[in-house]
Amino acid sequence: MTGTIRMDSIFTSVLLHLPAPTAPVVAAVDWHSVLFLLFAGLACGFAIAVVAAENVVRMALYLVFSLAATAGLFFLAGADFLGAMQLMIYVGGTLVLLVFGVMLTAQAPLVSIKPSASDRALAGIAGAALLAVLLAAAVSVDAWRKPGVGEIPSPTATPLGMALVGVRVDDPPAGAPLTGRSGYMLPFEIVSVHLLVVLVGAAYLARAKRRKTPRAIDVLASSDPPSQGAVLAAAVPAVRTTSGAGGKSALLGGGH
Amino acid sequence: MGESILSGTVFAAGISVGPAILPGIFPLAPLLAFNPFTEPVGVIHYMIVGAVMFTAGVVCMALKRNALGVLMGIELVLNGANINFIAFSSPYLRGDGAPTLGLDGQLIALFVILLAAAEAAVALAITLNFYNNHATVDIDRADDLKG
Repeated sequence: MTGTIRMDSIFTSVLLHLPAPTAPVVAAVDWHSVLFLLFAGLACGFAIAVVAAENVVRMALYLVFSLAATAGLFFLAGADFLGAMQLMIYVGGTLVLLVFGVMLTAQAPLVSIKPSASDRALAGIAGAALLAVLLAAAVSVDAWRKPGVGEIPSPTATPLGMALVGVRVDDPPAGAPLTGRSGYMLPFEIVSVHLLVVLVGAAYLARAKRRKTPRAIDVLASSDPPSQGAVLAAAVPAVRTTSGAGGKSALLGGGH
Repeated sequence: MGESILSGTVFAAGISVGPAILPGIFPLAPLLAFNPFTEPVGVIHYMIVGAVMFTAGVVCMALKRNALGVLMGIELVLNGANINFIAFSSPYLRGDGAPTLGLDGQLIALFVILLAAAEAAVALAITLNFYNNHATVDIDRADDLKG
């Protein structure tokens, strides 16, 4: 908070105060802005690449890059703990989960399911309109257009942790009243129970069931009685399987 | 900021458009007249990044027929919102005299990240279940409840 150097503030300080070169020619360059442009370009570019990509595995890869660049933006804004959480939870957790989902469901004909050209044009028009509205709204507020004053942020891990257990130790923002700020004990407890319920629910939903009727992919992958194959062929006509003659016969209604 | 001629030519060639004429014509003119390498970053720049990510996510959710693509679109939307929260909470980006959210913005962003992780877990379990039952992740085939 004050002028003392602390270990956890070094990272923030390094990012926000890259020393300006001594040569007067390049002294005017604001390296914070340069890094911001780099991370912003990466985040936006890969976000658009997620939309443009056809292959779901590539989409997951581009999403990793986009979210990691977003973590860089968080660091640049002074949110050191949030940047670390972004890297750990999003890039390290959620994306691994998504990639596992891709691997579990990605069979050759399913990897890229293309939208039609008319859908794509319509989505482009709607997206451009939405972007125009958002940008116009963002630009129209004067207080948001002012350049940053460059006030040094203090490390946020300790104030965030204290706020989560209900005690606010951070300084209030300029102009805000000193009293009446709430801690986040109750939301923290709610989120804790929520995560527990989600864990149980996800494990319940994704568990391996013992069923009376076989799963659709198992039926497709094995040679089956013709009746079941006929039912399945009516239900999923466009699915091709990777499993040779048995799957083909099941798909064609079983002509044994 | 702009005294140095060389830095202007090297880093901002072609970006500095005449600032006197444009504002009346085009609402985004302050952004075009802005030399990105020498000006300090403000809240508006983060908001533009957030808007682009949000739009990409919405288009991804609407366009993709793969259920996992829709999930990735949701992640992008939540991230675009988070960028705005972080920008509003940052004292570094705060303009002169403008208010900030303070630490509250970062706390809200933290809860958004946690809820996004929970949402991804449940949605992925549902997608796997759907794949087991229908042998596809094409969401156009999820029409059993259409009646």
